[in-house]
Amino acid sequence: MNPTISLNPIDDFNALTTYPFMVNALEAGTIVAVLAAVVGWYMVLRRQSFAGHTLSVMAFPGAAGAALAGLPTALGYYLACCAAALFMGGARSSHGLGARGRGYGTETATIATVQTVGLAAGYLFLSLNSAVLGDTETLLFGTFLGVSRGQVLTLLLVAIAALALMALATRPLLLETIDPEGARARGLPVAALDLGFLLVLALAVAATSQITGALLVFALLVAPPAAAQQLTMRPGLGLVLSVVFALAVVWLGLGVAYFSIYPVGFYVTTFAFAVYLAARLWHATARHRHRDGHRSV
Amino acid sequence: MTITALGPDRATTAAQLVGASVRLAGKRIFADVALTVGRGQFVAVLGPNGAGKSTLMRAILGLLPLDSGSVTVLGRPPAQARAAIGYLPQRHSFDSSTRIRGIDLVRLGLDGTRWGIPVALTAGARHRRKAESERISQVLDTVGATAYADRAIGELSGGEQQRLLIAQALVRSPELLILDEPLDSLDLPNQASVAELLRRICTSEYVSVLLVAHDVNPLAGYLDQVIYMAGGHATSGPVDQVITSAKLSELYGTPIEVLKTADGRLVVVGQPEAPHYHGDRHEHDGHD
Amino acid sequence: MFAHDFVRNAYLAGTFIALGCGVVGWFVVLRGQLFAGDALTHVAFVGAIAAAVVGLDERVGLFVLTLAVAGGMAALGRRGQADDVVIGTVFAWILGIGVLLLAVLATSSEGGTGIAAANTLFGSIYSLSPGGSRLAAAIGLAASVGVLLALRPLLLTTLDSELATVRGVPARALGVGFLALLAVVTAESTQAVGALLLLGLLAAPAGAAHRLTASPYRGLALSALIAVVAMWGGLALSYQFASLPPSSAIIGLAGSGYAGATLFAHARVRARHR
Repeated sequence: MNPTISLNPIDDFNALTTYPFMVNALEAGTIVAVLAAVVGWYMVLRRQSFAGHTLSVMAFPGAAGAALAGLPTALGYYLACCAAALFMGGARSSHGLGARGRGYGTETATIATVQTVGLAAGYLFLSLNSAVLGDTETLLFGTFLGVSRGQVLTLLLVAIAALALMALATRPLLLETIDPEGARARGLPVAALDLGFLLVLALAVAATSQITGALLVFALLVAPPAAAQQLTMRPGLGLVLSVVFALAVVWLGLGVAYFSIYPVGFYVTTFAFAVYLAARLWHATARHRHRDGHRSV
Repeated sequence: MTITALGPDRATTAAQLVGASVRLAGKRIFADVALTVGRGQFVAVLGPNGAGKSTLMRAILGLLPLDSGSVTVLGRPPAQARAAIGYLPQRHSFDSSTRIRGIDLVRLGLDGTRWGIPVALTAGARHRRKAESERISQVLDTVGATAYADRAIGELSGGEQQRLLIAQALVRSPELLILDEPLDSLDLPNQASVAELLRRICTSEYVSVLLVAHDVNPLAGYLDQVIYMAGGHATSGPVDQVITSAKLSELYGTPIEVLKTADGRLVVVGQPEAPHYHGDRHEHDGHD
Repeated sequence: MFAHDFVRNAYLAGTFIALGCGVVGWFVVLRGQLFAGDALTHVAFVGAIAAAVVGLDERVGLFVLTLAVAGGMAALGRRGQADDVVIGTVFAWILGIGVLLLAVLATSSEGGTGIAAANTLFGSIYSLSPGGSRLAAAIGLAASVGVLLALRPLLLTTLDSELATVRGVPARALGVGFLALLAVVTAESTQAVGALLLLGLLAAPAGAAHRLTASPYRGLALSALIAVVAMWGGLALSYQFASLPPSSAIIGLAGSGYAGATLFAHARVRARHR
């Protein structure tokens, strides 16, 4: 099967959707894009990219452990990611407050330790299982194109649950993110919000990494939201832009990869990075224009 | 948006303590404190570190119980009055790369604790949202932050951030505003302008303002009364009656001198080291 | 155990790599640059693959790409530190390139790529050559000595870069230099402990040390000590239990050390407040 691109969008789209696996991939990609974009927007605002990356890497011990224990792989993903979230969230309260305050170094040390211990465990599970090492790559880099109907359905359910929780906590989480002391003074359950967000992030990551692979889910979690935040500070608009960018990146990535021999993951991350760069450039030049046009104080 | 209830049961005092004392971890922080903060008054709580100023604020907020005596806020027990109190806790300044606008921070003062999707679906909700936006513009105007409300908070100066935080506390139309060391990290000109702003707010919004401070001087011209805490006790009254050598010596129990400089500033000399408890500022049993 | 060549090589390289990671890691944690370090370790992996694709020695690719990215991060950030998001997006993109290169490699050569990739990811300390282990040891030792020589200026720059500049310390250069050092240690240690697990040696012993003491001298010593003990213990355990990979054992011990230190520090704070 060597499809050639005809550059007629309608024809190409029809070619794309002829095969069920492509339809599944598009549907899964859409769900994953929306989920990653929304949760990722908060993650970037909260400066928790490192935690996000660590959670994404937990997919590896999750899958390897599930294989060892004879459990379904997806369950392994969810369990491992949630366990990591609990370790990181639980440790968070033992650090000082403030993103760059006293506790920052040790907080990142906790995140890093969780990450490597998880990976070390995954490697151990793999060697105990004497599984074929080639599987490692699929675990880490994923496969958009091997998605089953059942997986799409599970993804949809997880996404709905996660997004519902995020919708419920929209404003309290935002307040707690930018003004934790004020939030505490207003009686918001700060520790619960912190841990709750990490768990939602874990769910989003576990769901997404089954499609994009453990190492690449991060691209969708970081780049589209970061690009959106370069363009606007308004939360509502930012979330919408984030979703738009993520969808564009995934659809384009899937579409181009269909006609190309190179892996989907590469296209998705490259387009995501391109969007981020473009947004940064726009922001930088907009500032310049503003400075020339007005004398802003 | 809360509308202040005008009625026969409207409280005549913002906060009142009678014979109040607080004990924490077995240690008496202050005892037999009596004070009255009237409606629309601008009052400062002063004293050395460790004297119990923040503890007093916590008692007024109902966050910790009195060992003896009574405290009423707006004529009610503190816990019941919380909805009518605006509280500005001490905060780190915002990280310079925080990309949220000041106006959003103020809006969160109104709806930050509201769970649920922030979409106005019914006509009633849309009407409320419009009223809230108007209130936000109004309060931004009151604190003088309209010009920079659309910029990222992280980029603003300490004084500008402080004004936005005051706006955030003010937006729900509280009847009592409690501020914990709001002037601490500001330079002198900013201290003066924030003090003046708070005075204006007292009259224009009819809010009682109670703040904790270390230095009376930026505030002296604006205060209705001052509460001075030292040696486990407190005394209150107008500035020129409390910040005197005689009064403070009596309070501390050791000779204190209050000097006046050529430009009218008051300097307190001779304070002993107050007992200081080491504790993480963010633990809720910390004392100061 | 020590009768075997490969064991001696492993211990030689491992000891000094652990030393280097412990010392450098203590500063990485203090400077809040663990995410950058994480990115660098993953970049090292991609560098190795890139070199394999082009036909060069893997180590060349490792070093070149890691140093290049470290340079980029230093250039983009203030006082030689890059922003969270920048690190995240750049490194996600580089991983994407890694995917591409893996695909290219898989189609161009036969087999072997899985093993090569796994080695770079998870290390192969027991397959170091005598020359390789001596080089690794030398780099680890050099890195430790380098940090110790620059100890006080580095400390000053980290805690207050403006004061450091005023006092004549080249703050920015030190920041860049530190990232470069991190890149070198990362690239070298990848072969022993593996790209994904190297972060653990940088973070866990240092994190434990930071929890236990605020004194720089004691902290550095403690960090190095915990790292070396984890290395020795891990190597010994994996020698005993054949199905326990050395890197997993080492990281497991280092992680337990961090967990233990956290609990201990917590208990100490509790006791003080009683």
